[in-house]
Amino acid sequence: MSDTQGSMDAHRLAVEIRGGSKIFNLGRHNEVKALTDIDLDIGQGEFVTLIGPSGCGKSTLLRLIAALIDTTEGTVLVNGKTADAARLDRDYSMVFQRAGLFEWRNVSRNIELPLELMGWKAADRRQRSAEMLELVKLDEFARHHPAELSGGMQQRVAIARAMSFHPKLLLMDEPFGALDEMTREHMQHELLRIWSETRITVVFVTHSIAEAVFLSTKVVVMSPRPGRIAAVVDNDLGERTEATRDDPAYFANITAVREALRGGH
Amino acid sequence: MVFEELLRQRAAREQRRDRMVRTGRQIVVLGLFICLLGLLYSLYKVMGSAIDDVQSGWPVIGSILPGSDDLRMPPVLDIVGGIFEEPRGTDEPFWSIVGKEAAFTLREAAVGFAAGVVVGLGIAIVLTTSGRLERALVPHVIASQTIPLIAIAPIIVIWGRKSFDFLPFEWQDWMSVSIIATYLTFFPVTINGLRGLQSPRPENLELMDSYAARWGQTLWRLRLPASLPYLFSAFKIAATASVVGAIVGEISAGVKGGLGRRVLLEAQRYTTGPERLYIAVLGAAALGIFVFAAISSIEYALVGRKGRETVT
Ligand SMILES: Nc1ncnc2c1ncn2[C@@H]1O[C@H](COP(=O)(O)OP(=O)(O)OP(=O)(O)O)[C@@H](O)[C@H]1O
Ligand SMILES: [Mg+2]
Repeated sequence: MSDTQGSMDAHRLAVEIRGGSKIFNLGRHNEVKALTDIDLDIGQGEFVTLIGPSGCGKSTLLRLIAALIDTTEGTVLVNGKTADAARLDRDYSMVFQRAGLFEWRNVSRNIELPLELMGWKAADRRQRSAEMLELVKLDEFARHHPAELSGGMQQRVAIARAMSFHPKLLLMDEPFGALDEMTREHMQHELLRIWSETRITVVFVTHSIAEAVFLSTKVVVMSPRPGRIAAVVDNDLGERTEATRDDPAYFANITAVREALRGGH
Repeated sequence: MVFEELLRQRAAREQRRDRMVRTGRQIVVLGLFICLLGLLYSLYKVMGSAIDDVQSGWPVIGSILPGSDDLRMPPVLDIVGGIFEEPRGTDEPFWSIVGKEAAFTLREAAVGFAAGVVVGLGIAIVLTTSGRLERALVPHVIASQTIPLIAIAPIIVIWGRKSFDFLPFEWQDWMSVSIIATYLTFFPVTINGLRGLQSPRPENLELMDSYAARWGQTLWRLRLPASLPYLFSAFKIAATASVVGAIVGEISAGVKGGLGRRVLLEAQRYTTGPERLYIAVLGAAALGIFVFAAISSIEYALVGRKGRETVT
């Protein structure tokens, strides 16, 4: 039964937004048109980045997909169901700019948090968190507390926590925004490794054109006031290696995204 | 490598010793502080009597400041001696009598404290559910503290005697005193608890939402742990307040058996043994320090130590 479910999911879009718009504080003096007329399809297993100037509604779009806020108009479907049904089914997981680990829990117990909420047995949780620590290469730090980790390590724990229950969709809001360039590149490789190992669908918000082009299969360029999608740049660079960063195709797509961003103004 | 192992062993040893050293140091500091107080007290007496010898009716000591004669300020040695003396009509040293009464008051305070924590935290949790409820109720919580304790104490004792028949156990007067202590305790717990329960960052609350966590799960796994540091600073205030509430409650409600009663009694027969009133008051102070220290060490065990190595 779960098999047919799985194959049905494969044919469904991971995210499907039709005519989505969001107005904050509707009808009040501080009304904000955050998003208008969003149409967006994201297929299973895609890695999509959202890029655009500050305030163009990237985080808002991600929160709509996560059903943390409601659309003012339009529909958002995740794996073929309403976004809120997907939330209640735990179809997705989020990673924020700040790792947001619970400082009173050690690394392992932080990773177990979503599993606890789902009522997993302790032994199963323990085993899964060990697997996850291996995935993000932090096995030695299971019993450390977040304050004892560097920023990059904390963010890796946050990713492990998000992936712990094998969600189908990973929503990441500038997860590497607070990291230095070296750590950031390292984390990009780690994320791509995890993505290719698990074939999870990723929606990734970033401010960096280079990061967007290096990571994703599709770059969604957004423009502000009101927030909308200005262009979608297909970004098929094949398997990423260090050499990708010197690839002419990589530079060509960076230029394409940059121009799309300019056109939006 | 060998050297590193040696260092590691030494660090482990130091860590073990650290706790003991800290406690020891606190006790020494407290002892020194008490000695210093005694010294200042004696100095004041010496100064006062020296002035009295030269000219009586000196305008500061004796008229503005309290007089320093042995009735008003019994000598330190009398006070220390009084601790071990058996008061007339008893065959028990005074420290033992005061100790038992302190235990009686401690029971009232502890029960009152526990009830205050439950009530205070309960109110804080209810208020966390809605901003409107918080805005509506917090002013009333604050207003509750403006009612003078001494005024409500007798009422509560009378209620206790008359109307708690439905309880499975017999209501006793000390329980009414606990209610009075509760009245002082719940307030700091509610106010700090509310701040603590609201302290998680929005993204951590969103994280729980994204996992479709139920309200109770968010409370238990995020809001309550995040509020522990806030709660413990409230508990420390509340614990000392519960002792104050118990003593004042005993005095104003006329409940026998505790330190409040002792203070009242020794004040009444002050001229026959002024040092005993001083000892009773010191006993009350010691009780306050004791409950504060007890809460502090629970806090240390629960929320101390974690995290980054502290660089001193
Ligand atoms: N909860 C909210 N209430 C009111 N307005 C909001 C809220 N969240 C976002 N907005 C508004 O919506 C617009 C889009 O915000 P959003 O956070 O989605 O931008 P962003 O693209 O993520 O920006 P950044 O790159 O700086 O993170 C902004 O104008 C912001 O002021
Ligand atoms: Mg944002």
